[in-house]
Amino acid sequence: MTTHLDRSVGLVTTRTARVFDDAHPLTLRSGATLGQVDVAYETYGTLNHARDNAVFICHALTGDAHAAGFHDGDTKPGWWDTIIGPGKPIDTGTWYVVCANLLGGCQGTTGPSSTNPTTGEPYGLDFPLLDMGDFVEVHRALGRHLGIDRFAAVVGGSLGGMQALQWAIDHPSEVGRAIIIAASSRLTAQNIAFSAVGRQAIMRDGDFREGRFLTEGTAPRRGLAVARMMAHITYLSETGFEEKFGRSAQRGELTKNFGVDFAIESYLEHQGERFLSRFDALSYLYLTRVMDYFDPFADPQALDALLDDPVRFLVLSFDTDWRFSTEHSRRIVRHLEGARLPTSFREIHSAWGHDSFLLDIPDYHATVRAFLERAAEDLS
Amino acid sequence: MTPKARRDLWLISTLIPEGSRVLDLGCGDGELLRLLQRKGCSGTGVDMSPSNLVAAMRSGVDVIQLDLDRQLGEFADDSYDVVVLSRTLQTVRHPRHVLQEIGRIAVHSLVSMPNFAHWRNRLRLLSGRMPMSKDLPFEWYDTPNLHHSSLPDLEPLFSGLGMVIDTRIPLDASGRPHRLGNLAPNLVASSSLYLLHARR
Repeated sequence: MTTHLDRSVGLVTTRTARVFDDAHPLTLRSGATLGQVDVAYETYGTLNHARDNAVFICHALTGDAHAAGFHDGDTKPGWWDTIIGPGKPIDTGTWYVVCANLLGGCQGTTGPSSTNPTTGEPYGLDFPLLDMGDFVEVHRALGRHLGIDRFAAVVGGSLGGMQALQWAIDHPSEVGRAIIIAASSRLTAQNIAFSAVGRQAIMRDGDFREGRFLTEGTAPRRGLAVARMMAHITYLSETGFEEKFGRSAQRGELTKNFGVDFAIESYLEHQGERFLSRFDALSYLYLTRVMDYFDPFADPQALDALLDDPVRFLVLSFDTDWRFSTEHSRRIVRHLEGARLPTSFREIHSAWGHDSFLLDIPDYHATVRAFLERAAEDLS
Repeated sequence: MTPKARRDLWLISTLIPEGSRVLDLGCGDGELLRLLQRKGCSGTGVDMSPSNLVAAMRSGVDVIQLDLDRQLGEFADDSYDVVVLSRTLQTVRHPRHVLQEIGRIAVHSLVSMPNFAHWRNRLRLLSGRMPMSKDLPFEWYDTPNLHHSSLPDLEPLFSGLGMVIDTRIPLDASGRPHRLGNLAPNLVASSSLYLLHARR
């Protein structure tokens, strides 16, 4: 009999490490400093003696450190359990997999809802604005904490892919391969527009209290839920919604009213509500803003370090993804391949839009598996 | 991949200088680029078949999935030393455009194509049937080959695009240079391999 633990990394726990402190503060790209930075992380598999089999997983906007396996008592596995585990494409029999909640997040890593040690109150909007490079600095610090100087691969989807790209650009000698899935190297006006409306929904909620809601004991719940509902529309394709819901009624038949009548409305309502229990409005503002400003190839010297120390790239897109369409990935490929860096690219067929990167799509998984099996061969 | 194809690719690999940067259009599972890696060449394969792309990647060959007819614009001018288009020109929708793009991406190219005017094909046509052979193994209703050409019909296309034929190597049905190929290539060559350079 198969159980949910088959091909699973099994029971896991999230741990926390303090990777910057007052004696060794983190200096951000903006020049601001953070005295204390804690990182929530999980690891799966075993680090080998050469310490060269580590793979870092960068999560997307609303992800966390719990990428695979099960927390005690949970029936649902981590957010990327489809791809990480024994015998899976990111094979924990081969790789020591590290996943961390990113800086500015709200799942255990220091972020705007953390306590500001100088005031004893939550940072709120006093938390400094962040840059993609700041996420990478904290990931690297965690690597050092775990005794890993170089990752055989850095892998991420969406915002996670952007971190992988930034890491490869900034510190290519520390990255063997980078897998960049359904990501972008520069958001379009449409992307930024969606991002802006999400933030406006949060900031215009009366309970936002100019970012001091934690201190004042409120929370912009309506705003955050609306932001999530809207964003969720962009994560699926029109076909995906059609297949899942069509125009079906939530309660047997349609009954013309302004409430939740169509099944899709109920689904979005549910997504919005569920999000409130696990996500913080301030993190949503900070993290989406990092994506808006991300434009690594704007610097004409961006690839100089990479050319001295080439990282092998795999860039993947999904043909129905309209949040970061294939053109976003092609742009990344044009820059990398155009600079003569070893680059592979595939556009995977999937009906499910942007969220495809989280799903078990055989052609997609076969591609990641092939790329990493080859990487494992190159280790020995 | 069949032994025949390997001989064809082996020949191509011997014609590419060591250390070249090679773009292989229609790369299959990456066989040619693997052969070339042993000569210190680097490069990229292009294909559309998922299984080919995965196999190439598994074997350490970098591949980019794109449509030769529509998306060669993704590659910059003069970004490779050599472009290879082996037994693929007859399968693209717009051969003229693809050749133009090849000449833009690299000065040097190697292009091979089956010869529709091979004597066996002529005999088969005389008998009233469409040619089928080792080099043209498909039924007319189920073939990736959109275009058929004889060598005298193919060569003016190159020159019309400013692509100069440096060498023509007529091949026999097993992909070896044909013994008599230079006497009457259009009659005896089952396919033909061209080394071209694009005028700049």
